[in-house]
Amino acid sequence: MRPPEPVQVVKQRRDAALRALVEGVPYIRFLGITFDRRGDELTGVLHYDEKLVGNPLLPALHGGATAAFLEVTAMMTLSWAMLWDDMERGRLDMGGLAQGAPAHLPKTIDFSVDYLRPGLPRDAYARARVNRSGRRYASVHVGGWQDNRDRLFAQATGHFLMPTRE
Amino acid sequence: MAPQMSGHDDRATEAARQFIAALPHCRALGMEVEAAGGGSVTMSMPWSEALVGDPRTGVIHGGAISALMDTCGGAAVMSHPTGALTTATMDLRIDYMRAAEPRQRITARAICHHVTRSVAFVRAEACDEASDKGPVAVANGAFTLERASGE
Repeated sequence: MRPPEPVQVVKQRRDAALRALVEGVPYIRFLGITFDRRGDELTGVLHYDEKLVGNPLLPALHGGATAAFLEVTAMMTLSWAMLWDDMERGRLDMGGLAQGAPAHLPKTIDFSVDYLRPGLPRDAYARARVNRSGRRYASVHVGGWQDNRDRLFAQATGHFLMPTRE
Repeated sequence: MAPQMSGHDDRATEAARQFIAALPHCRALGMEVEAAGGGSVTMSMPWSEALVGDPRTGVIHGGAISALMDTCGGAAVMSHPTGALTTATMDLRIDYMRAAEPRQRITARAICHHVTRSVAFVRAEACDEASDKGPVAVANGAFTLERASGE
């Protein structure tokens, strides 16, 4: 039996795969979204910026920025779950990923956002749960919060078309 | 005052332009009001490298299209003759029919088709320049409706 891989090697491989997945998408960079990783769990972070404001009087985050943040988190969580399986089985082409070819992006079929309270002018966080993931379709729920994890400011459910796999 | 349902008009379009110009996220996405009035608004947004969701194809991210439709929906509520003071999105459902053609302008049209005392209902659709292919996305939303106190 082979000895387990050193923890740093595992961590580096996983972080590199996540970075390649996220950094390949210009719109994610434009919005200023990053992802924190604990094992296979992802938390999306929307870093506050003035360009995300939709109501300058309150001020509050734009509903469109909030929707996009939730959709990006749902899509990345879904992609990450697929990629994770491949990565752990040693089937992932890390070279291709490094060249910025996100072969694992699902397509959004529909997305329904529920705005619970105004988005405050500060960082926001979101976590998604894949409720069902089949060969062709997936259903994902995502919740976003700011100061209190228990007080969501927005949540959403979306259906995604899974990418065709070779 | 009798509400005027004459559709788009210059004063309402100018009011909508000023409303949108004051919103940083809309400026960041390059949104423009084409026409407004009578509870319906047309807005557009240019394709930009920064909005791309799939770098292999150059297709714009759905989130940018939903931001345009959300804004257009809010503007439609504000332009409705019922005379809203402010509005906020309560819920918005978007169906993505097809990928938008890369490098084409996205145009959204939203109609506030029904209002109650405190809720406004909106339908919207977004098209690229390939109008023969039908809309890129459609949306349905419910918006809050704040009226002047005493009404």
